[in-house]
Amino acid sequence: MSEFTHDVLVYGPGFLSAAWTVLWLTLVTIGVSWIFGLAAALGQRSDMRAVRSVAAFYVWFIRGTPALIQIFIIYFGMPQVGVRLSPYTAGVLALAINSGAYVTEIIRSGLSAIPAGQTESSLALGFSPRETMRTVILPQVFRIILPSITNEALSTLKNTSLLSTITVVELTLYAQTLISATFRPFDFYIAVAVIYLVLTTILTQLAAFFERRYARLY
Amino acid sequence: MTQDAPPPLLKLRDIRKSFGTLDVLKGIDLEVAPGEVVSIIGASGSGKSTFLRSINAIEPADKGRMEFEGWDFDFDRDSRFFPTDRQLQALRSRIGMVFQSYNLWPHKTVLQNVIHAPMGVLGQSRTEATEVADALLDRIGLYDKRDASPLRLSGGQQQRVAIARALAMKPRLMLFDEVTSALDPELVNEVLQLMASLADEGMTMLLVTHEMSFARDVSSRVLFFDQGEIGEEGPPSKVLRAPESPRLQQFLHSILHDDLRTSTAKKGLIQ
Repeated sequence: MSEFTHDVLVYGPGFLSAAWTVLWLTLVTIGVSWIFGLAAALGQRSDMRAVRSVAAFYVWFIRGTPALIQIFIIYFGMPQVGVRLSPYTAGVLALAINSGAYVTEIIRSGLSAIPAGQTESSLALGFSPRETMRTVILPQVFRIILPSITNEALSTLKNTSLLSTITVVELTLYAQTLISATFRPFDFYIAVAVIYLVLTTILTQLAAFFERRYARLY
Repeated sequence: MTQDAPPPLLKLRDIRKSFGTLDVLKGIDLEVAPGEVVSIIGASGSGKSTFLRSINAIEPADKGRMEFEGWDFDFDRDSRFFPTDRQLQALRSRIGMVFQSYNLWPHKTVLQNVIHAPMGVLGQSRTEATEVADALLDRIGLYDKRDASPLRLSGGQQQRVAIARALAMKPRLMLFDEVTSALDPELVNEVLQLMASLADEGMTMLLVTHEMSFARDVSSRVLFFDQGEIGEEGPPSKVLRAPESPRLQQFLHSILHDDLRTSTAKKGLIQ
């Protein structure tokens, strides 16, 4: 048995389960970040000044501070004010809040790319502003922002490695654990890099599929 | 208008609108009888588009009253007759509007554009809405494009689909806001022809237009907008042929050249 086959058999299952953790963390985070991003992007256009201010503060604060610090605030900081979250919950929450701020800006730019006439023709037919946003504007926005939202999803996936600092057993932390036992940092970090590559490739392919599907409609 | 004229379909009183310190509409009064075709002409900035957009409250007036199909609204915010959001939506669903830039939805097919509002606003079933839409698309000669993207159509075709989309709601009143201004000259006719046939069928229409021959041949009345007021109004034979005010004379003179240039293209359009 070659050494490589041996490594795969011994460490493979652990890497697989860590990769699975990364994948579901990423997917849940992306979902939540879109909700935050959409809410904040619509908040920026609200008639209410207070809502606009909150949305602006959110984007300003998150984009202006490191993701790692945001993670630390939520996982290590919040218990001091009585909110204790599991590493996984805190991790998803922190990454989603972080990514949501960037998604906000992406959606904002998408919204501003839709001509006012699109909204007007929908309102003129008797649709409410909400229905207009949901059925006329957002589907068009989604198509426009698909490339940038894909980039943001890739960032989110790679940012899950930051959660190794708060004991989430994802790829990076799993590799570190193995390295401290085997003293083979080169092998295992390369392995981790390859697995991240596989995951990001899957994600880009998925996005490319959607892009092709939307392109056909036009 | 004859003495036994039916009650007006639309009644507007003292419609006012300002943008900041600029008074765009300075108190417009207008009554439109069922089946009437009213053309609004005037220089750019005279408030004619703003007026049209205030009628279906896409840009509500600041002041003024409006009666339409049993509604009686007062656009003064303090009035208890100020329309609710729901009332405005209902009002808009009864008034069709066609825009200069068509504003078809590019993420939907031609058919989907036409059935979206009947399904979403009127609650029609897909079958029901599609039946109406297919008949309309057939009428405008674009049935074979029903599954195409609107972006694949010419400007004239897009504008006809936009008209069909508005007609699918079975409106009582149609508003046309410079609907041929964005079109290449050779595509203007197909749209005007469709509008003329609607007028023939008795559709009540208000249109802002630069097509003087269309205004002359199809409309029952012409309004000349001048600096936010109706400067002159009457049958086209009077307003366009024998204008009284110097400003209208000047306006007609300035566009005469344009109209002559395109009138060859329109020859044979309307007898």
